Amino acid sequence: MTGAAPRGRAGTLQPGLEMRALVLTVNRLVWFVPTLLGLLVITFTISHIIPADPIAFIAGDNATAEQIAALKAKFGVDKPVPVQLWNYILGVAQGDFGISLYTQRPIAEDLIARLPATLELAFVAVILSGVIGIPLGVLAAVRRNSWLDHALRVFTVSGLAIAAFWFAILLQLLFAMKLGWTPLQGRVDGWGPDPVTGFYIVDSVLAGDLETLADVIGHMVLPAVTLSFPAMATIMRFTRAGVLDAINSNYVDYQLAMGVPRRVVVWRYVLRNALIGTVTQVGLVFGNLIANAVVVEAVFDWPGLGLYAVNSILQSDYNGIMGFTLIMGTVFIIVNLLVDISHGLIDPRETG
Amino acid sequence: MDDLLAVTGLTVGFATESGLARVLDQVDFRIGRGEIVGLVGESGCGKTTLARAILGVLPANSARISAGSIEFDGRDLLQEDPDALATDIRGRAITFVPQDPFSSFNPVFTIGRQIEELMKWKSPDAEPGSGPRRYARARRSSDLERVLELLRIVQLPDPEALLRKYPHEVSGGQRQRLMIAMALLPEPKLIIADEPTTALDVTIQAQILKLLRRLAAERGVSVLFTTHDLGTAYEICDRMTVMYAGQDVESAPSDSFFTEPRHIYTVRLLQSLPSRDHGIRGIPGQVPDLTAPPPGCRFHPRCDAASALCRQTRPDPSDVGAGHVARCWHPAQGEGTP
Amino acid sequence: MLETTRFLLRKLASDRTAALGALIITLLVVVAIAAPVLSTHPGDVTEFHPPERLLPPSGDHFFGTDRMGADVYSRLLFGARITIAIAVIAIGASVLVGIPVGLVAGYYRNWVSDALMRISDIFLAVPQIVLAIAIAQTLGPSIENVILALSATYWPFWARLVYAETRSALNDTYVEASIALGASPWRVMILHVLPNISSSVIVRTTIGMGGTILTAAVLGFLGLGPPAPSPEWGRTIAESREFLPEAWWYATAPGLAIFLVVMGFNLLGDGLRDILDPRTRRSGDG
Repeated sequence: MTGAAPRGRAGTLQPGLEMRALVLTVNRLVWFVPTLLGLLVITFTISHIIPADPIAFIAGDNATAEQIAALKAKFGVDKPVPVQLWNYILGVAQGDFGISLYTQRPIAEDLIARLPATLELAFVAVILSGVIGIPLGVLAAVRRNSWLDHALRVFTVSGLAIAAFWFAILLQLLFAMKLGWTPLQGRVDGWGPDPVTGFYIVDSVLAGDLETLADVIGHMVLPAVTLSFPAMATIMRFTRAGVLDAINSNYVDYQLAMGVPRRVVVWRYVLRNALIGTVTQVGLVFGNLIANAVVVEAVFDWPGLGLYAVNSILQSDYNGIMGFTLIMGTVFIIVNLLVDISHGLIDPRETG
Repeated sequence: MDDLLAVTGLTVGFATESGLARVLDQVDFRIGRGEIVGLVGESGCGKTTLARAILGVLPANSARISAGSIEFDGRDLLQEDPDALATDIRGRAITFVPQDPFSSFNPVFTIGRQIEELMKWKSPDAEPGSGPRRYARARRSSDLERVLELLRIVQLPDPEALLRKYPHEVSGGQRQRLMIAMALLPEPKLIIADEPTTALDVTIQAQILKLLRRLAAERGVSVLFTTHDLGTAYEICDRMTVMYAGQDVESAPSDSFFTEPRHIYTVRLLQSLPSRDHGIRGIPGQVPDLTAPPPGCRFHPRCDAASALCRQTRPDPSDVGAGHVARCWHPAQGEGTP
Repeated sequence: MLETTRFLLRKLASDRTAALGALIITLLVVVAIAAPVLSTHPGDVTEFHPPERLLPPSGDHFFGTDRMGADVYSRLLFGARITIAIAVIAIGASVLVGIPVGLVAGYYRNWVSDALMRISDIFLAVPQIVLAIAIAQTLGPSIENVILALSATYWPFWARLVYAETRSALNDTYVEASIALGASPWRVMILHVLPNISSSVIVRTTIGMGGTILTAAVLGFLGLGPPAPSPEWGRTIAESREFLPEAWWYATAPGLAIFLVVMGFNLLGDGLRDILDPRTRRSGDG
């Protein structure tokens, strides 16, 4: 808490919300570029720690010296490492992540094409976790030490300890293989809806194609449930703790002593305070979610960034891995930026 | 005398890890209409528990009321339906000024929003009985007028701007003025102020207390004021009730309380005030463990006048002067010296 | 010291869930040490019996056999050794790097400390596993490289924690006093600040063990861990996939092992937090 928050115009009930959001955004944006640059240097360094010779690998055993030199020039590895780094930075600044050593296609294009699949999955999982996790967290706190609280606690402890890829396989085993209720893998049968946003759910709604929508949702269920389990556990845990803190606070005590009905106090007052803690965790939750997406996409053959990364790993395509790392870092930094801003908005004590 | 509030034989226990703590033991306590009564005693003597019992907000899972009655304005609060208490007693007929004005506001809502929420439920114009389905526009604006007027009365500068502020943006003294305003807004018959100034600077304390006294007197509102500070109690109270270890020991008009204390504990308490003659003098011995309190008068292990009677039976209240009641077998006689 | 340990043990025993966590971890350690004795087919990490492949659980093979006809139960026990080795060494290295970095950055207020914190912030700006994947992929699949990848990406967590705790410890009166009395920086850091922050480091480390085991399993699952025929749990699950749904035991057993061990560390970590760090006491134990 530093001093008074900026005041709003007279006549508005929300003092200086826009102002505060602006200050916060600028503050965070200032760090955005250096952080990304640092990340870039780190990933570049990582992928150049070992003087591996991927070119020889691509060229094959029978390549001539000229062929190898030509390939080296094509991938830009004929120059000294600092020059390569500089070129790479220049390239990334222009949206060029280099060329995949495996597919020989521009990495940026591949990544952008796959980003919506991962984001759609992540969003659905986050929404699912919030919509279910927050009310359950409140219930667990309000009925503290009831059987419901204990059951939910087992749920959260499990969610935080389970390996996502194993949980994915178990779900697949049961619902896709044994029961046949859901598709085993993939994002859609056939071509999918006409791409507008790249989010299949949105696109099939836009196209008015209910059949595809059902198919898309069917494919979405297992991966989304897998991803949301640990996220839901985290959200539930923090909501519960936040609600308990608030319930035991003096301001709730005051409200109750003044005869404001308990349900009003809990659902209108306490929840807002509790959610401050929960929102701060969304960044963390989202990070874990993206991390889990790598393996979950691999299990469900979901054509997103994670699957791309796994394929790059299998093909020793370090350019691909670098691109993946950078884009994941960017998404993660942006999400945390949004979290910080919304935190500043719902907590008036936060002045940036 | 016409009592607004009469607590009789109230006995309350708390479940603790080391057993049942007998926090209130057959406590008698009363407040007249328009009277300002100080409830004084050391920390842990049960004054806050008594205040909370009257409000009906003792912790449900640990506190147990085993005997007694709380009669308020012709109703026995302990026999009433809890929902009815919440709607038309708590926050309406009886309001509350908390100890800590810093943490008693919700930090994430504006002050205006919090007062509005309170008025929605507790405005004098609100229909008694059921809670509001919606907050009618007409009542909302008349309530706002009422709020602004009262904020001026409690001497808060620029009330309109204040309502748009967040709690952390105003000073502690202003927050406590707000709390007093919020306690007066529902036009209650009784205000329970639980150590309302302990969290404030000494200089501000006096202003706040005088304000509370003046407004209560003007409006004929009774005040129950708990404190461990005899000096502040003397400044604003018409009458004082002293508690020791969960028992009420003496009740007297403020003047005779200080000049003619009768219960030995009160005498010792007054003697323990720092003075020019003897400096600071404590009371020998220790406050008893409430899970295993001494029988009879709980002060007897520390009392030099204690007899066998004191160790067995607790005396009923007996009149020892005009409006002066003590529960002591061997009340002190002279000027402060037993 | 002995008193503290005894106090800690007594507290832990009285917290049922923390005691459960401690029990699971003790079990893990015992199993790892006594793997050759406890396993029914101790040779099965390296010896294969193709005729016996993919047998369902039975009295002879508690958790069935795998694609090479090796006993899944026995391989699980030996896998525990790998899990422990990875988690302990990786976390140990992260702590050994992170604590000095955090102490120095927290104690001094100059460009070095700013630079150190900015570097750890960059590491923390990406999900840890993403960087770990990148490193492990470059270095190639081996147990050493998994450890290296995990340590290289985990140290900033401790650096951040120790940094924040050091800054707040420096405001404590007694630390201020010893600085004013002319104690040397190292003396202050090691004698005053370090003991003061050890609780949070212990708690973070315990919970970090669980996280590390999960991450290591992911790397193993992606084929970045120790290569076949290692009995590493993540790799085993990956191997089992092509034999589903028939050989369900093959995938189930190692996943359950990961689950139990991670849960053990999480429960113990939560319990330790309650005991050691009352400030961040979980108001309920969600």
